Amino acid sequence: MKKIVLGEQEIVCQSGETLLEALLLHSVAIPNSCRQGVCHSCLVRSLDITPPALAQRGLKDVQQKQNYFLACTCYPEHDMKIVLSQQAAFFTQGAVVGKTLLNRETVLLSIQCKDALDFYAGQFVNLQRADGLTRSYSIANSRLHAKQLTFHVRRLPGGRFSEWAHGELQIGDTLAVSEPQGLCFYLPDRPAQNMLLIGTGSGLAPLAGIIHEALQQGHTGNIYLYHGSRDVQGLYWIEEMQALQQQHPNFHYTPCVSNAMAPAGFKQGRANDVAMQALPKLNGWRVYLCGHPDMVNQTKIQAFLNGANSTDIYSDAFHVTPDFTANSDSRVVSA
Amino acid sequence: MSEEAKASLFERIGGEAAVNAAVELFYRKVLSDYRINRFFNNTNMDEQIAKQKAFFTMAFGGPNTYTGTDMRNAHARLVKMGLDNSHFDAVMEHLGATMKELNVPADLIGEAAAIAESVRNDVLGK
Repeated sequence: MKKIVLGEQEIVCQSGETLLEALLLHSVAIPNSCRQGVCHSCLVRSLDITPPALAQRGLKDVQQKQNYFLACTCYPEHDMKIVLSQQAAFFTQGAVVGKTLLNRETVLLSIQCKDALDFYAGQFVNLQRADGLTRSYSIANSRLHAKQLTFHVRRLPGGRFSEWAHGELQIGDTLAVSEPQGLCFYLPDRPAQNMLLIGTGSGLAPLAGIIHEALQQGHTGNIYLYHGSRDVQGLYWIEEMQALQQQHPNFHYTPCVSNAMAPAGFKQGRANDVAMQALPKLNGWRVYLCGHPDMVNQTKIQAFLNGANSTDIYSDAFHVTPDFTANSDSRVVSA
Repeated sequence: MSEEAKASLFERIGGEAAVNAAVELFYRKVLSDYRINRFFNNTNMDEQIAKQKAFFTMAFGGPNTYTGTDMRNAHARLVKMGLDNSHFDAVMEHLGATMKELNVPADLIGEAAAIAESVRNDVLGK
Protein backbone atom coordinates (compact mmCIF):
# COMPACT_ATOMS: atom_id res chain seq x y z
CA MET A 1 0.00 0.00 0.00
CA LYS A 2 1.47 3.31 -1.06
CA LYS A 3 0.47 6.87 -0.36
CA ILE A 4 0.12 9.17 -3.37
CA VAL A 5 0.00 12.91 -2.86
CA LEU A 6 -1.74 14.91 -5.57
CA GLY A 7 -2.00 18.56 -4.64
CA GLU A 8 -4.08 18.71 -1.47
CA GLN A 9 -5.35 15.17 -1.96
CA GLU A 10 -3.93 11.95 -0.51
CA ILE A 11 -4.69 8.75 -2.35
CA VAL A 12 -4.04 5.19 -1.31
CA CYS A 13 -2.79 2.83 -3.98
CA GLN A 14 -3.21 -0.83 -3.03
CA SER A 15 -0.55 -3.31 -4.07
CA GLY A 16 -1.40 -4.92 -7.39
CA GLU A 17 -3.37 -1.82 -8.36
CA THR A 18 -2.13 0.63 -10.99
CA LEU A 19 -1.87 4.31 -10.17
CA LEU A 20 -4.52 5.01 -12.80
CA GLU A 21 -6.94 2.59 -11.14
CA ALA A 22 -6.29 4.18 -7.76
CA LEU A 23 -6.81 7.71 -9.13
CA LEU A 24 -10.06 6.73 -10.85
CA LEU A 25 -11.29 4.96 -7.68
CA HIS A 26 -10.70 8.25 -5.83
CA SER A 27 -12.68 10.13 -8.50
CA VAL A 28 -9.68 12.01 -9.87
CA ALA A 29 -10.54 13.26 -13.36
CA ILE A 30 -7.58 11.95 -15.33
CA PRO A 31 -7.77 11.40 -19.09
CA ASN A 32 -7.18 7.78 -20.07
CA SER A 33 -7.88 5.45 -22.93
CA CYS A 34 -5.94 2.27 -23.76
CA ARG A 35 -4.77 1.58 -20.20
CA GLN A 36 -1.84 -0.41 -21.57
CA GLY A 37 0.86 2.19 -22.04
CA VAL A 38 0.22 2.88 -25.71
CA CYS A 39 -1.91 6.00 -26.04
CA HIS A 40 -0.11 8.15 -23.44
CA SER A 41 -3.40 9.85 -22.42
CA CYS A 42 -2.72 9.36 -18.70
CA LEU A 43 0.70 11.03 -18.67
CA VAL A 44 1.56 12.31 -15.18
CA ARG A 45 4.71 13.53 -13.49
CA SER A 46 6.44 12.59 -10.27
CA LEU A 47 7.59 15.51 -8.15
CA ASP A 48 9.89 13.54 -5.89
CA ILE A 49 11.04 10.02 -6.74
CA THR A 50 12.05 8.42 -10.04
CA PRO A 51 9.01 6.54 -11.38
CA PRO A 52 9.19 2.77 -12.02
CA ALA A 53 10.96 2.00 -15.32
CA LEU A 54 7.97 0.11 -16.71
CA ALA A 55 5.80 3.21 -16.38
CA GLN A 56 8.25 5.26 -18.48
CA ARG A 57 8.51 2.84 -21.40
CA GLY A 58 7.86 4.49 -24.74
CA LEU A 59 8.24 8.07 -23.50
CA LYS A 60 10.73 10.50 -25.01
CA ASP A 61 14.07 10.61 -23.21
CA VAL A 62 13.45 14.21 -22.23
CA GLN A 63 10.14 13.21 -20.65
CA GLN A 64 11.77 10.35 -18.75
CA LYS A 65 14.43 12.68 -17.37
CA GLN A 66 11.71 14.98 -16.07
CA ASN A 67 10.03 12.09 -14.25
CA TYR A 68 7.02 11.91 -16.54
CA PHE A 69 5.36 8.51 -16.57
CA LEU A 70 2.13 6.73 -17.43
CA ALA A 71 -0.35 6.17 -14.61
CA CYS A 72 -1.80 3.07 -16.30
CA THR A 73 1.46 1.10 -16.27
CA CYS A 74 2.62 2.35 -12.88
CA TYR A 75 2.54 0.04 -9.88
CA PRO A 76 3.95 2.46 -7.28
CA GLU A 77 6.98 1.06 -5.45
CA HIS A 78 7.20 3.95 -2.99
CA ASP A 79 5.03 6.76 -1.70
CA MET A 80 5.08 9.51 -4.29
CA LYS A 81 4.05 13.06 -4.98
CA ILE A 82 2.57 13.64 -8.44
CA VAL A 83 0.99 16.26 -10.69
CA LEU A 84 -1.47 15.45 -13.44
CA SER A 85 -0.08 17.65 -16.17
CA GLN A 86 2.63 20.19 -16.33
CA GLN A 87 1.59 22.55 -13.58
CA ALA A 88 4.47 24.90 -13.03
CA ALA A 89 3.53 26.84 -10.00
CA PHE A 90 6.64 27.57 -8.14
CA PHE A 91 8.38 30.83 -8.53
CA THR A 92 11.66 31.96 -7.16
CA GLN A 93 12.60 35.60 -6.96
CA GLY A 94 14.96 37.11 -9.50
CA ALA A 95 16.60 40.52 -9.79
CA VAL A 96 17.64 42.14 -13.05
CA VAL A 97 21.44 42.44 -13.06
CA GLY A 98 22.02 43.16 -16.72
CA LYS A 99 20.20 44.63 -19.67
CA THR A 100 21.91 45.17 -23.04
CA LEU A 101 20.61 45.53 -26.54
CA LEU A 102 21.49 42.60 -28.84
CA ASN A 103 19.98 44.20 -31.93
CA ARG A 104 17.31 46.80 -32.77
CA GLU A 105 14.51 44.64 -31.33
CA THR A 106 16.05 42.19 -28.87
CA VAL A 107 17.37 42.85 -25.40
CA LEU A 108 19.59 40.52 -23.39
CA LEU A 109 18.18 40.32 -19.89
CA SER A 110 20.31 38.85 -17.08
CA ILE A 111 18.42 37.80 -13.98
CA GLN A 112 20.04 36.74 -10.73
CA CYS A 113 17.79 34.20 -8.98
CA LYS A 114 17.58 33.72 -5.25
CA ASP A 115 17.62 29.94 -5.62
CA ALA A 116 19.65 27.93 -8.12
CA LEU A 117 17.42 26.54 -10.83
CA ASP A 118 17.70 22.90 -11.81
CA PHE A 119 17.15 23.18 -15.54
CA TYR A 120 18.26 21.62 -18.78
CA ALA A 121 19.76 23.82 -21.47
CA GLY A 122 17.01 24.80 -23.91
CA GLN A 123 14.17 24.94 -21.37
CA PHE A 124 12.11 28.04 -20.64
CA VAL A 125 10.68 29.70 -17.54
CA ASN A 126 7.74 31.99 -16.96
CA LEU A 127 8.72 35.48 -15.92
CA GLN A 128 6.10 37.27 -13.87
CA ARG A 129 5.76 40.97 -13.21
CA ALA A 130 4.48 42.16 -9.80
CA ASP A 131 0.96 42.66 -11.18
CA GLY A 132 0.81 39.07 -12.43
CA LEU A 133 1.54 39.66 -16.12
CA THR A 134 3.41 36.51 -17.17
CA ARG A 135 5.35 35.48 -20.26
CA SER A 136 7.49 32.49 -21.19
CA TYR A 137 11.13 33.01 -22.15
CA SER A 138 13.81 30.52 -23.04
CA ILE A 139 16.93 30.32 -20.93
CA ALA A 140 19.81 31.36 -23.19
CA ASN A 141 22.69 30.07 -21.08
CA SER A 142 24.04 26.65 -20.09
CA ARG A 143 23.72 24.92 -16.74
CA LEU A 144 27.06 26.37 -15.70
CA HIS A 145 25.08 29.39 -14.51
CA ALA A 146 22.24 27.94 -12.47
CA LYS A 147 21.52 31.15 -10.58
CA GLN A 148 22.16 33.80 -13.17
CA LEU A 149 19.88 33.27 -16.13
CA THR A 150 19.89 35.15 -19.41
CA PHE A 151 16.95 35.74 -21.76
CA HIS A 152 16.52 37.27 -25.19
CA VAL A 153 13.44 39.46 -25.10
CA ARG A 154 12.23 40.54 -28.52
CA ARG A 155 10.22 43.71 -28.59
CA LEU A 156 6.84 43.27 -30.24
CA PRO A 157 4.81 46.36 -31.09
CA GLY A 158 1.98 46.46 -28.55
CA GLY A 159 3.38 43.52 -26.60
CA ARG A 160 2.63 44.41 -23.01
CA PHE A 161 5.45 42.45 -21.42
CA SER A 162 8.14 42.95 -24.03
CA GLU A 163 7.52 46.70 -24.39
CA TRP A 164 7.67 47.02 -20.62
CA ALA A 165 10.85 44.92 -20.42
CA HIS A 166 12.46 47.06 -23.11
CA GLY A 167 11.27 50.44 -21.93
CA GLU A 168 10.72 50.38 -18.19
CA LEU A 169 12.37 47.38 -16.57
CA GLN A 170 15.57 48.47 -14.84
CA ILE A 171 18.62 46.96 -13.20
CA GLY A 172 17.68 45.99 -9.64
CA ASP A 173 13.99 45.41 -10.42
CA THR A 174 12.63 42.05 -9.36
CA LEU A 175 10.59 39.45 -11.20
CA ALA A 176 9.18 36.09 -10.20
CA VAL A 177 10.75 33.16 -12.05
CA SER A 178 8.90 29.85 -12.49
CA GLU A 179 10.42 26.42 -12.41
CA PRO A 180 12.00 25.44 -15.74
CA GLN A 181 9.67 23.87 -18.28
CA GLY A 182 9.59 22.47 -21.77
CA LEU A 183 10.88 19.39 -23.51
CA CYS A 184 13.19 20.97 -26.08
CA PHE A 185 16.52 20.51 -24.31
CA TYR A 186 19.96 18.91 -24.47
CA LEU A 187 20.85 15.61 -22.87
CA PRO A 188 24.49 14.49 -22.97
CA ASP A 189 23.62 10.81 -23.42
CA ARG A 190 24.77 10.52 -27.05
CA PRO A 191 27.87 12.72 -27.34
CA ALA A 192 28.85 11.47 -30.80
CA GLN A 193 25.49 12.24 -32.40
CA ASN A 194 25.46 14.97 -35.02
CA MET A 195 23.18 17.87 -34.18
CA LEU A 196 21.36 20.37 -36.36
CA LEU A 197 19.94 23.51 -34.75
CA ILE A 198 17.79 25.98 -36.66
CA GLY A 199 16.46 29.17 -35.14
CA THR A 200 14.76 32.30 -36.34
CA GLY A 201 14.98 35.59 -34.46
CA SER A 202 15.16 35.14 -30.69
CA GLY A 203 14.89 31.38 -31.32
CA LEU A 204 18.66 31.64 -30.98
CA ALA A 205 18.26 31.90 -27.18
CA PRO A 206 17.48 28.25 -26.34
CA LEU A 207 19.79 27.06 -29.14
CA ALA A 208 22.72 29.05 -27.75
CA GLY A 209 22.07 27.50 -24.33
CA ILE A 210 22.02 24.03 -25.89
CA ILE A 211 25.22 24.64 -27.90
CA HIS A 212 27.17 25.95 -24.91
CA GLU A 213 25.94 23.07 -22.79
CA ALA A 214 26.85 20.48 -25.45
CA LEU A 215 30.34 21.92 -25.95
CA GLN A 216 30.93 22.12 -22.20
CA GLN A 217 29.81 18.50 -21.84
CA GLY A 218 32.35 17.48 -24.49
CA HIS A 219 29.92 16.70 -27.31
CA THR A 220 32.05 15.15 -30.07
CA GLY A 221 29.49 14.98 -32.90
CA ASN A 222 29.18 17.84 -35.35
CA ILE A 223 26.97 20.71 -34.26
CA TYR A 224 25.46 22.82 -37.05
CA LEU A 225 23.69 26.08 -36.23
CA TYR A 226 21.61 27.99 -38.80
CA HIS A 227 20.32 31.31 -37.51
CA GLY A 228 17.98 33.23 -39.76
CA SER A 229 16.31 36.60 -40.05
CA ARG A 230 15.08 38.88 -42.79
CA ASP A 231 18.25 40.95 -42.80
CA VAL A 232 21.61 41.18 -41.06
CA GLN A 233 20.23 43.65 -38.51
CA GLY A 234 17.71 41.03 -37.38
CA LEU A 235 20.51 38.66 -36.41
CA TYR A 236 22.73 38.99 -33.34
CA TRP A 237 25.65 37.27 -31.60
CA ILE A 238 27.27 36.87 -35.00
CA GLU A 239 30.79 37.51 -33.72
CA GLU A 240 30.22 35.40 -30.62
CA MET A 241 29.13 32.44 -32.72
CA GLN A 242 32.03 32.95 -35.14
CA ALA A 243 34.42 32.99 -32.20
CA LEU A 244 32.87 29.81 -30.82
CA GLN A 245 33.40 28.22 -34.24
CA GLN A 246 37.08 29.15 -34.09
CA GLN A 247 37.42 27.48 -30.68
CA HIS A 248 35.50 24.31 -31.50
CA PRO A 249 36.20 22.55 -34.80
CA ASN A 250 32.97 20.51 -34.50
CA PHE A 251 30.78 23.62 -34.27
CA HIS A 252 29.59 25.12 -37.56
CA TYR A 253 27.69 28.40 -37.74
CA THR A 254 25.75 29.72 -40.70
CA PRO A 255 23.92 33.06 -40.43
CA CYS A 256 21.15 33.38 -43.04
CA VAL A 257 19.22 36.37 -44.40
CA SER A 258 16.04 35.83 -46.38
CA ASN A 259 15.03 39.29 -47.58
CA ALA A 260 18.27 41.01 -48.36
CA MET A 261 21.50 40.51 -50.22
CA ALA A 262 23.71 38.22 -48.21
CA PRO A 263 27.07 39.79 -47.39
CA ALA A 264 30.20 37.61 -47.43
CA GLY A 265 30.00 34.94 -44.74
CA PHE A 266 26.19 34.88 -44.79
CA LYS A 267 23.84 32.65 -46.75
CA GLN A 268 20.96 33.95 -48.80
CA GLY A 269 17.62 32.28 -48.00
CA ARG A 270 15.52 31.13 -45.12
CA ALA A 271 17.57 29.36 -42.45
CA ASN A 272 15.54 26.16 -42.69
CA ASP A 273 15.81 25.99 -46.49
CA VAL A 274 19.54 26.66 -46.42
CA ALA A 275 20.02 23.98 -43.75
CA MET A 276 17.89 21.34 -45.46
CA GLN A 277 19.71 21.85 -48.75
CA ALA A 278 23.11 21.66 -47.11
CA LEU A 279 22.20 18.59 -45.02
CA PRO A 280 19.92 16.34 -47.08
CA LYS A 281 20.73 13.22 -45.04
CA LEU A 282 19.82 13.51 -41.38
CA ASN A 283 19.67 9.81 -40.52
CA GLY A 284 20.71 9.42 -36.90
CA TRP A 285 20.88 13.19 -36.30
CA ARG A 286 19.32 15.12 -33.48
CA VAL A 287 17.43 18.22 -34.58
CA TYR A 288 16.42 21.32 -32.58
CA LEU A 289 14.02 23.88 -34.07
CA CYS A 290 13.13 27.14 -32.33
CA GLY A 291 11.34 30.28 -33.41
CA HIS A 292 8.56 31.09 -35.84
CA PRO A 293 5.80 28.43 -35.68
CA ASP A 294 5.54 28.05 -39.48
CA MET A 295 9.27 27.50 -39.76
CA VAL A 296 9.20 25.03 -36.86
CA ASN A 297 6.26 23.01 -38.19
CA GLN A 298 7.46 22.84 -41.80
CA THR A 299 11.02 22.04 -40.86
CA LYS A 300 9.97 19.28 -38.50
CA ILE A 301 8.41 17.43 -41.41
CA GLN A 302 11.30 18.24 -43.75
CA ALA A 303 13.88 17.04 -41.20
CA PHE A 304 11.87 13.86 -40.76
CA LEU A 305 11.73 13.32 -44.54
CA ASN A 306 15.48 13.97 -44.67
CA GLY A 307 15.88 10.95 -42.41
CA ALA A 308 15.78 12.22 -38.82
CA ASN A 309 13.86 9.99 -36.43
CA SER A 310 10.73 11.75 -35.15
CA THR A 311 11.82 11.13 -31.56
CA ASP A 312 15.10 12.93 -32.30
CA ILE A 313 13.35 16.16 -33.35
CA TYR A 314 12.91 18.70 -30.56
CA SER A 315 11.10 21.94 -31.10
CA ASP A 316 9.91 25.07 -29.43
CA ALA A 317 7.51 27.20 -31.48
CA PHE A 318 7.22 30.83 -30.41
CA HIS A 319 3.59 31.79 -30.87
CA VAL A 320 2.56 35.41 -30.88
CA THR A 321 -1.07 36.10 -30.18
CA PRO A 322 -2.41 38.86 -32.44
CA ASP A 323 -4.62 40.25 -29.66
CA PHE A 324 -2.34 42.97 -28.38
CA THR A 325 -4.49 43.95 -25.45
CA ALA A 326 -4.64 40.57 -23.79
CA ASN A 327 -2.07 38.02 -24.69
CA SER A 328 0.39 39.74 -26.91
CA ASP A 329 3.86 38.26 -27.19
CA SER A 330 2.83 35.25 -25.21
CA ARG A 331 4.22 31.96 -26.21
CA VAL A 332 3.04 28.42 -26.10
CA VAL A 333 5.49 25.65 -26.49
CA SER A 334 5.39 22.31 -28.16
CA ALA A 335 8.14 19.78 -27.90
CA MET B 1 -11.42 -12.89 -33.69
CA SER B 2 -11.49 -12.95 -29.88
CA GLU B 3 -9.98 -10.15 -27.78
CA GLU B 4 -7.26 -12.51 -26.59
CA ALA B 5 -6.24 -13.52 -30.09
CA LYS B 6 -6.03 -9.82 -31.04
CA ALA B 7 -3.83 -9.03 -28.04
CA SER B 8 -1.52 -11.85 -28.93
CA LEU B 9 -1.05 -10.63 -32.51
CA PHE B 10 0.07 -7.31 -31.01
CA GLU B 11 2.57 -9.14 -28.83
CA ARG B 12 3.78 -11.44 -31.59
CA ILE B 13 4.45 -8.48 -33.87
CA GLY B 14 6.47 -6.80 -31.15
CA GLY B 15 4.05 -4.57 -29.25
CA GLU B 16 4.62 -0.88 -28.76
CA ALA B 17 8.23 -0.98 -29.99
CA ALA B 18 7.02 -2.37 -33.31
CA VAL B 19 4.37 0.34 -33.54
CA ASN B 20 6.99 3.04 -33.04
CA ALA B 21 9.33 1.56 -35.63
CA ALA B 22 6.48 1.12 -38.11
CA VAL B 23 5.27 4.71 -37.75
CA GLU B 24 8.71 6.10 -38.63
CA LEU B 25 8.82 4.11 -41.87
CA PHE B 26 5.15 4.39 -42.80
CA TYR B 27 4.77 8.13 -42.23
CA ARG B 28 7.81 8.81 -44.41
CA LYS B 29 6.32 6.63 -47.15
CA VAL B 30 2.92 8.33 -47.19
CA LEU B 31 4.42 11.83 -47.04
CA SER B 32 6.55 10.97 -50.06
CA ASP B 33 3.66 9.46 -52.05
CA TYR B 34 2.09 12.09 -54.33
CA ARG B 35 -1.10 9.98 -54.63
CA ILE B 36 -2.00 10.40 -50.97
CA ASN B 37 0.27 12.88 -49.20
CA ARG B 38 -2.32 15.66 -49.37
CA PHE B 39 -4.44 13.64 -46.93
CA PHE B 40 -1.54 13.53 -44.47
CA ASN B 41 -0.46 17.10 -44.95
CA ASN B 42 -1.41 18.34 -41.51
CA THR B 43 1.30 20.73 -40.41
CA ASN B 44 1.19 19.39 -36.87
CA MET B 45 3.59 16.48 -37.10
CA ASP B 46 3.15 15.38 -33.49
CA GLU B 47 -0.58 15.03 -34.05
CA GLN B 48 0.02 13.09 -37.25
CA ILE B 49 2.44 10.73 -35.53
CA ALA B 50 -0.06 10.15 -32.71
CA LYS B 51 -2.68 9.27 -35.32
CA GLN B 52 -0.34 6.87 -37.12
CA LYS B 53 0.45 5.25 -33.80
CA ALA B 54 -3.23 4.71 -33.11
CA PHE B 55 -3.63 3.31 -36.62
CA PHE B 56 -0.78 0.81 -36.26
CA THR B 57 -1.85 -0.18 -32.77
CA MET B 58 -5.25 -1.02 -34.22
CA ALA B 59 -3.84 -2.83 -37.28
CA PHE B 60 -1.51 -4.82 -35.04
CA GLY B 61 -4.50 -5.91 -32.97
CA GLY B 62 -3.40 -3.86 -29.98
CA PRO B 63 -5.44 -2.00 -27.40
CA ASN B 64 -7.61 0.67 -28.96
CA THR B 65 -11.00 2.12 -28.35
CA TYR B 66 -11.99 3.05 -31.89
CA THR B 67 -15.54 2.48 -33.03
CA GLY B 68 -16.89 2.55 -36.56
CA THR B 69 -18.42 5.95 -35.82
CA ASP B 70 -15.03 7.32 -34.68
CA MET B 71 -13.51 6.13 -37.95
CA ARG B 72 -16.27 7.76 -39.97
CA ASN B 73 -16.08 11.06 -38.11
CA ALA B 74 -12.29 11.18 -38.20
CA HIS B 75 -12.18 10.71 -41.97
CA ALA B 76 -15.30 12.62 -43.04
CA ARG B 77 -13.23 15.71 -43.90
CA LEU B 78 -10.93 13.60 -46.08
CA VAL B 79 -13.85 11.92 -47.86
CA LYS B 80 -15.03 15.41 -48.79
CA MET B 81 -11.54 16.04 -50.19
CA GLY B 82 -12.01 13.00 -52.44
CA LEU B 83 -10.69 10.11 -50.36
CA ASP B 84 -11.65 6.87 -52.14
CA ASN B 85 -10.72 3.21 -52.60
CA SER B 86 -7.61 4.00 -54.63
CA HIS B 87 -6.18 6.01 -51.72
CA PHE B 88 -7.10 3.33 -49.23
CA ASP B 89 -5.30 0.81 -51.47
CA ALA B 90 -2.20 3.00 -51.49
CA VAL B 91 -2.21 3.11 -47.70
CA MET B 92 -2.57 -0.68 -47.58
CA GLU B 93 0.40 -0.94 -49.94
CA HIS B 94 2.56 1.15 -47.61
CA LEU B 95 1.29 -0.76 -44.59
CA GLY B 96 2.42 -4.04 -46.15
CA ALA B 97 5.76 -2.62 -47.32
CA THR B 98 6.43 -1.16 -43.86
CA MET B 99 5.87 -4.49 -42.13
CA LYS B 100 8.01 -6.29 -44.71
CA GLU B 101 10.82 -3.84 -44.07
CA LEU B 102 10.52 -4.61 -40.37
CA ASN B 103 10.77 -8.33 -41.14
CA VAL B 104 7.32 -9.13 -39.81
CA PRO B 105 6.48 -12.74 -40.84
CA ALA B 106 4.08 -13.03 -43.78
CA ASP B 107 1.25 -14.65 -41.79
CA LEU B 108 1.29 -11.79 -39.26
CA ILE B 109 1.33 -9.23 -42.09
CA GLY B 110 -1.77 -10.97 -43.40
CA GLU B 111 -3.51 -10.77 -40.04
CA ALA B 112 -2.67 -7.08 -39.62
CA ALA B 113 -3.73 -6.29 -43.19
CA ALA B 114 -7.05 -8.01 -42.58
CA ILE B 115 -7.68 -5.83 -39.51
CA ALA B 116 -6.85 -2.67 -41.46
CA GLU B 117 -9.02 -3.85 -44.35
CA SER B 118 -11.95 -4.34 -41.95
CA VAL B 119 -12.27 -0.57 -41.40
CA ARG B 120 -12.24 0.32 -45.12
CA ASN B 121 -15.94 1.12 -45.37
CA ASP B 122 -15.98 3.16 -42.17
CA VAL B 123 -12.94 5.17 -43.30
CA LEU B 124 -14.47 5.81 -46.71
CA GLY B 125 -17.86 6.67 -45.19
CA LYS B 126 -19.69 3.88 -47.02
